Amino acid sequence: MKIAVVRDILDANERIARENRRLFDRKGLLVMNLMSSPGAGKTSLLEQTIEALGGDLRLGVIEGDIQSSKDAERIARRGVQVVQINTGGACHLDGNMIRDALDALDLDRMDLLVVENVGNLVCPAEFHVGEDFKAMILSVTEGEDKPAKYPLMFRESKVLVINKIDLLPYLDCSVEQIREEALRVNPELVLFEVSCKTGEGLDRWVEWLKETTLARRPPLE
Amino acid sequence: MHEMSIAQGLIDILHEEMSKYRAERLRRVKVRIGELSGVVPEALSFCFNVIVEGTELDGARLELERVPLEGRCRACGACFRIRNYAFQCPECGDASIEIVSGRELSIVEMEVDEEGGNE
Repeated sequence: MKIAVVRDILDANERIARENRRLFDRKGLLVMNLMSSPGAGKTSLLEQTIEALGGDLRLGVIEGDIQSSKDAERIARRGVQVVQINTGGACHLDGNMIRDALDALDLDRMDLLVVENVGNLVCPAEFHVGEDFKAMILSVTEGEDKPAKYPLMFRESKVLVINKIDLLPYLDCSVEQIREEALRVNPELVLFEVSCKTGEGLDRWVEWLKETTLARRPPLE
Repeated sequence: MHEMSIAQGLIDILHEEMSKYRAERLRRVKVRIGELSGVVPEALSFCFNVIVEGTELDGARLELERVPLEGRCRACGACFRIRNYAFQCPECGDASIEIVSGRELSIVEMEVDEEGGNE
């Protein structure tokens, strides 16, 4: 017997992501899903962002890693709420892991929740966790060919932060090339160029993040 | 390598559908994979076969159909195949492109033997 069934394989995750999203909406919380390859500077960008915000926003962070709590420790030292998820091998965070992690956070004392995904340019792009938007970091040392090689992540992201621009004098690639390649895949990307090392460009990024968070919908309850 | 979680999601749905139709054996399942989905078909097949081995789904054939990436221009309405992930309209040059197909990751058809049936 042939059965015609049309079902999205990611449906179970989508359902949980939507439930997460409803909770975030009720709390009036902006949620950013932050993705990049390993070592592009996700935790460094968060550290610098927390520093620059200086208490203007109440931040919370969910740290996703295959193993270790090193990133959560770095964030906790900055005095913001943080919870570490160890995926134990899985290459991405999904809606269910986020739902479980929320128990450890006080969402009523939070304006912005950042989900720092597992370092990986492929899998995290495919799984929603209930975020308002996805942001990604590409460090200049990774090269300008990454948007063409990993189009889904660039396409799914609303924001691209180009990091480590202090290293440009030592590299063959240019920021213009990276911008051009990224915009070819996603012309609507909001672009930032920063160095978490020197602090260059961070003010514009932090200002944007602050404005976006403050423009979020008010809590429903 | 998230094909393992995708294969597990696929198998969960198969179990649900089979009990809904009181099916005893799965002969074949057809899955559509969009060009822009982050899934490698060979890896998905591999994971599927590993998970079903020794279970009641063992022996089921997984058919994978690739769906090309196609877009529609929001400015002039032209529909076209997106090549090399260049999101730009070949007709008018506009860059605001809506994806029409190529993001699929779905089951579209199953072939099963019903309980008590001896085909």
